[in-house]
Amino acid sequence: PPTHIITVNGKECINFASFNFLGLLDNEKVKSAAQASLKKYGVGTCGPRGFYGTFDVHLELEERLAKFMRTEEAIIYSYGFATIASAIPAYSKRGDIVFVDEAACFAIQKGLQASRSNIKLFKHNDMTDLERLLKEQETEDQKNPRKARVTRRFIVVEGLYMNTGDVCPLPELIKLKYKYKVRIFLEESLSFGVLGEHGRGITEHFGINIDDIDLISANMENSLASIGGFCCGRSFIIDHQRLSGQGYCFSASLPPLLAAAAIEALNIMEDNPDIFQTLRAKCERIHKALQGISGLKVVGESFSPALHLQLEESCGSRENDVKLLKRVVDYCMNSGIALTQARYLEKEEKCLPPPSIRVVITVEQTEQELDKAASLLKEAAQSVLN
Amino acid sequence: INHIVHNGGLYKRPFNEDFEETPMLVAVLTYVGYGVLTLFGYLRDFMRQWKIEKCQNATEREEQKDFVPLYQDFENFYNRNLYMRIRDSWNRPICSVPGAKVDMMERVSHDYNWTFTYTGRVIKDIINMGSYNYLGFAQKAGTCQEAAAKVLSQYGAGVCSTRQEMGNLDKHEELEKLVARFLGVESAMAYGMGFATNSMNIPALVGKGCLILSDELNHASLVLGARLSGATIRIFKHNNMQSLEKLLKDAIVHGQPRTRRPWKKILILVEGIYSMEGSIVRLPEVIALKKKYKSYLYLDEAHSIGALGPTGRGVVEYFGLSPEDVDVMMGTFTKSFGAAGGYIGGKKELIDYLRTYSHSAVYATSLSPPVVEQIITSMKCIMGEDGTTVGKARVQQLAENTRYFRRRLKEMGFIIYGNEDSPVVPLMLYMPAKIGAFGREMLKRNIGVVVVGFPATPIIESRARFCLSAAHTKEMLDTALKEINEVGDLLQLKYSRHRLVPLLDRPFDETTYEETED
Repeated sequence: PPTHIITVNGKECINFASFNFLGLLDNEKVKSAAQASLKKYGVGTCGPRGFYGTFDVHLELEERLAKFMRTEEAIIYSYGFATIASAIPAYSKRGDIVFVDEAACFAIQKGLQASRSNIKLFKHNDMTDLERLLKEQETEDQKNPRKARVTRRFIVVEGLYMNTGDVCPLPELIKLKYKYKVRIFLEESLSFGVLGEHGRGITEHFGINIDDIDLISANMENSLASIGGFCCGRSFIIDHQRLSGQGYCFSASLPPLLAAAAIEALNIMEDNPDIFQTLRAKCERIHKALQGISGLKVVGESFSPALHLQLEESCGSRENDVKLLKRVVDYCMNSGIALTQARYLEKEEKCLPPPSIRVVITVEQTEQELDKAASLLKEAAQSVLN
Repeated sequence: INHIVHNGGLYKRPFNEDFEETPMLVAVLTYVGYGVLTLFGYLRDFMRQWKIEKCQNATEREEQKDFVPLYQDFENFYNRNLYMRIRDSWNRPICSVPGAKVDMMERVSHDYNWTFTYTGRVIKDIINMGSYNYLGFAQKAGTCQEAAAKVLSQYGAGVCSTRQEMGNLDKHEELEKLVARFLGVESAMAYGMGFATNSMNIPALVGKGCLILSDELNHASLVLGARLSGATIRIFKHNNMQSLEKLLKDAIVHGQPRTRRPWKKILILVEGIYSMEGSIVRLPEVIALKKKYKSYLYLDEAHSIGALGPTGRGVVEYFGLSPEDVDVMMGTFTKSFGAAGGYIGGKKELIDYLRTYSHSAVYATSLSPPVVEQIITSMKCIMGEDGTTVGKARVQQLAENTRYFRRRLKEMGFIIYGNEDSPVVPLMLYMPAKIGAFGREMLKRNIGVVVVGFPATPIIESRARFCLSAAHTKEMLDTALKEINEVGDLLQLKYSRHRLVPLLDRPFDETTYEETED
């Protein structure tokens, strides 16, 4: 079971690799809510949402999510990957233009590929680059105003990037949105339940009106310790996905026990708003502790619970880097800290991030464990890299 | 008049499939019906634009009115004017286990389906002919549910990691070994969502420079997977082996379109049972063609696994063929096993390759542990390994139910599509008004059915689709048949004139098939 203490290949370690940020995977209340729903509904739903696959738990979860995020409506998908990969092609078709960050995660890339739109990549978190692209697009539009009136424009960004651990500069994006008339799709898989005072994500973190973002998509597999994903926003936008979101119409709905687990997790999040502060404090602590390691540099914001540790100097080839990092990971695993390398499909990614070790901080880890992990990583780096 | 196909002894049992032709009067009336609806649609749009009628759907924000409009007006024409009128037949919320009988939440609409309100009452004991519950494993008590409950308390509900990082639990390995044994293949791999299985693994198997030959009526997940892979896609007519052979010949003779180089791989994508037609793929012929032209076969058994075959092993067992002939066997756990997720089975090298290169293994979370347990228990039950004969009894019950139900409906005079042995029974409605009427009348009589229209089916061939289940007893089927008979008389749905045409009513040459007509 992938909880706080995890048994990897027979060895018990402290789990620094599962995205279980709020520690809800092993929570008794969540489990008992799921048990109750299992007794009432069985396991599967045996049908897509349109054909007797809509349960009252789904409707309740959608309402609760919409209320929590303070939007008009929410829609649930049964798989996290499929959420953003179905949401983007529902709005952006052939001939539309999408500006997307280079470090966007694979699900976004697949969604963009399925939509067949023109994709323009801008450098990671670089607003000047994005503005340059937008200006170029504007000059293009003036040459052909008729076409410009029907091409839709979107910016797709992530709240907390999985590949780099940075946050996107949302206030500047909002300014660019109104200046160049582009719509924003925000993907909050990592920042939902982490950033913001009450865990509402990056909009609360920066204090932005949620209506300014056209679509927020997130998956429930990280903070909410369930399976599935959701999109929330205004009814005008979300309702369209009920007929044209491929992963929604053509796929079975979320098993009700997972939906009940998500509802209970939401309840816990609403009742204890101080866990977000605790999580942030722990992240800061380990970020500071990992700063001095020779040979490895920390990539990610100080309050991001999913950091990357990259090699300061690459060995030359990616394979050798990967091998070296594997030795570091094995060293830590043998001493009781479970880590993992960040996995990518090397041939398929548009902009392949450098090989790194992923460190995930959860609320359940105690201060001693954090310190132990930091010191262990220092030792590992010393022994392997020198 | 039955149409029995013999084809050089490839089929060990008669393959009875028919698609009765649409009667001419019905087709004309259907077009007239759609014409009237379209006219009214234009009229209402006109009135809404000039503010004579209130516009009831959601609109853009005030601050964003000068942005490029998100939806084109015409895209939503169908949605606003036709779909809205009969919207209450879909997305019906239920509040009990989706077994043979189900409880539904009652909802009413005071403004012609623009908004719904729940009255709070629950309509109990509706005979459920819409859920994909073929072997009746959607139950809230019993061994499967107890095992799942135990695993839930031990492992938790979610996984929070991908297969390659930290999400590869021992339960997943157990499941994969079991699936491989069940299918009779060397090895198998399980994924979290059936739709995602197709859309993420086809790109891993084929790429640019490969050719995909896909059936006309393939599911959206197969189409999406094929498009994402970047290979060239050619479509052959539904279940039409001559069309497929012609395409294969062309592909091998002409090669790639511009360079004339031979294709790197040719992959044939078919499904076991097509859920909208109820037809079964002509697997012996496909395999013969595949061997002759040395291409690969990808079989999507989403609906047929567990539902066909004497022991529920799917369409391969139904035809008595060997699972080694099919290169990639894919299926889902949602329908017959009462869980969620998908799997791919095949040779060991293939599965090992997929473990490293599948998009889902690297970026998407793995299956949730209680769901895995449900699959393991239900699969063991079907195989008979849990010590009872419940599994075998269910498979036989489903086959009996299918034959009985189809025979009775045909006798009553409805037009039923599809193969005689497929548990998916489409009943033709044709006219747009009857779609809504059928759904509502059946609900009044406490039977829940699924009606489908455009765009899931061709525009004049809208239908009601019944999904039979091993959990349906004979009494339930008899009640349902009685009600369907009544509604059929009420709505004049008994179009069949028992004038069956050969199932390949698109032109074909008679050298391959001999047909008997009496």
